[in-house]
Amino acid sequence: MLGYVVRRSAQSLLLVWLVTVVVFALLHLTPGDPASVMLGENATPEQVQALQRSLGLDQPLVLQYARFLGRALHGDLGTSIRAQRPALEVVLERLPATLLLTAGAFSFAVLIGMPIGVISAVKRLTLWDHGSMALALLGQSMPGFWLGLVLITVFAVHLRWLPASGMGSLSHVVLPAITLGMFLIGLIIRLTRSSMLDVLGQDYVRTARAKGLAERMVVMQHALMNALIPVVTLVGLQLGLLLGGAVITETVFAWPGVGLTTVTAIHQRDYPVVQCAVLVSAVLVLSINWAVDLLYHYLDPRVHAVE
Amino acid sequence: MSAPAVIERAEPAAAPAAPARPRQWWRRLSRHRLAVIGLVIMATVSVLALLADRIAPRSPTSQQILVRLKPPGFVDPRSGATLWLGTDHLGRDILSRIIYGTRVSLAVSLPAVLASALLGVTLGLLAGYYRGWLDAVVMRCVDLQLAFPFILLALSIVALLGPTLRNIIIVFAVTTWPVYARTTRSVVLVLRNHEFVQAARGLGAGDQRILWRHLLPGIVSPALVLGSFEVARMIILEAALGFLGLGVQPPTPTWGNMLADGRDYLRDAWWIATFPGLAIMITAAGANFLGDGLRDMLDPTLQNIQS
Repeated sequence: MLGYVVRRSAQSLLLVWLVTVVVFALLHLTPGDPASVMLGENATPEQVQALQRSLGLDQPLVLQYARFLGRALHGDLGTSIRAQRPALEVVLERLPATLLLTAGAFSFAVLIGMPIGVISAVKRLTLWDHGSMALALLGQSMPGFWLGLVLITVFAVHLRWLPASGMGSLSHVVLPAITLGMFLIGLIIRLTRSSMLDVLGQDYVRTARAKGLAERMVVMQHALMNALIPVVTLVGLQLGLLLGGAVITETVFAWPGVGLTTVTAIHQRDYPVVQCAVLVSAVLVLSINWAVDLLYHYLDPRVHAVE
Repeated sequence: MSAPAVIERAEPAAAPAAPARPRQWWRRLSRHRLAVIGLVIMATVSVLALLADRIAPRSPTSQQILVRLKPPGFVDPRSGATLWLGTDHLGRDILSRIIYGTRVSLAVSLPAVLASALLGVTLGLLAGYYRGWLDAVVMRCVDLQLAFPFILLALSIVALLGPTLRNIIIVFAVTTWPVYARTTRSVVLVLRNHEFVQAARGLGAGDQRILWRHLLPGIVSPALVLGSFEVARMIILEAALGFLGLGVQPPTPTWGNMLADGRDYLRDAWWIATFPGLAIMITAAGANFLGDGLRDMLDPTLQNIQS
């Protein structure tokens, strides 16, 4: 186990390093000079020069990267050009909102998707099963930003049941969480169904049936829990997908999270904030994946065999 | 990063699937109801894209302020023509704009998927066959891609390079190829130890022959399935980019920028945002249905390839 922890952690650190390389490279993709692009057309040559110096753009690339990395290790990811505050601060203060939204979406998707998946597996190849599989595919075909707009039109504009945008009371979370969660439901239905079918075919389930247990008990007590562990793990690993979806959802609902901040920063050409947001999201995903992997490894000894 | 267990288990089983004859494929596909629906949708969308200038009742960009914000089914009193899906805030015909919108949608998604599949399959083949440093590099790219919230990365790069059709295709292709590489590699790892490969080598076949004649055919099925699902994802992503103002720029009509226009008129003109959203969903569903059918047809054991 210890060997695995060390190996897995080293792998994650390597990836974090690669992420910093990509994030650093982002700025240098700009056609022309990043400093003048960031400052816009009205900037004086002196301002451009000052920013170039403060970004270290007048130095060789390798040196620039070394400096970037050195600062990043000290938690310094540059200064937001618009807010004139540390970029990391700008991004981190929005993180709780994004986490709240993702947690809401995750719960919604699990609460709806899992039961549908379980019933599909139990009633395999019936009308219900085909119907829910089609539903899963439709869910995955639905653009989140559009669903968000439809929900706003129906529930906020016409019925006036729920607020259309912003963040405040619990009711503000409902529509964004449904929008973002819809993204995952299809995946959860499919995974739950196949995992459940897998478990239902196992020997111990046959034994449970053979000893005369009611089908309901077999499904609920013996199969369900075992089937759900891999589903939760797999879905947990989709956090990157969810964070990506949050970018869109937050824009639609003016939800003050990291996604909205990034989109705004992109439009304002506030690159330090963009770089910081990408870095923070990637590190977040990597840490969660790391934790999920270790936990999974710890909980399920069979994983050793797969390696 | 240890791969999700359910997927890992499903993939090797896919390997020995013998590539069936095209005619058999067709017969099996035509029995899959969802796949037929998907095929019809994709064919229709393709025809609309190819013949947009003949099929669209009006110019997608001509602004007629006198008939702005008219609801679906409105009859233009001047010409007597029916505006089936209504008009937007500039009096442009929504139906015509949707028909022209198919062009950008397909012009981005198809080349992007083709390019990333070619790149990913090639690299996955070489990585799985030769292993060594190439394998390590490719796999780290796969991990890296899983760590980044894709939309965030794509958005930042497109914003930096400029939102042109070509740049969007390049960004999509460059950021999504690892999906194919991962699947291809895992199939190759299983196939390379099969007897038919050993036999070919025994008969004196070189690496090149084994790679392209013996291993590549085993990849076709999973790549085709994956590609269909990816087309759906790219269609939605292209629209998302347009919605955020970073897609192909106006006046070119795209479904994404139509939705963005409609966002400001949810209260008074629901149709502006609703119909392009439906177009995106139907087209994406077409690709997803097709992928689902192909998966069932080519190999039933590929149940979890979509994640």
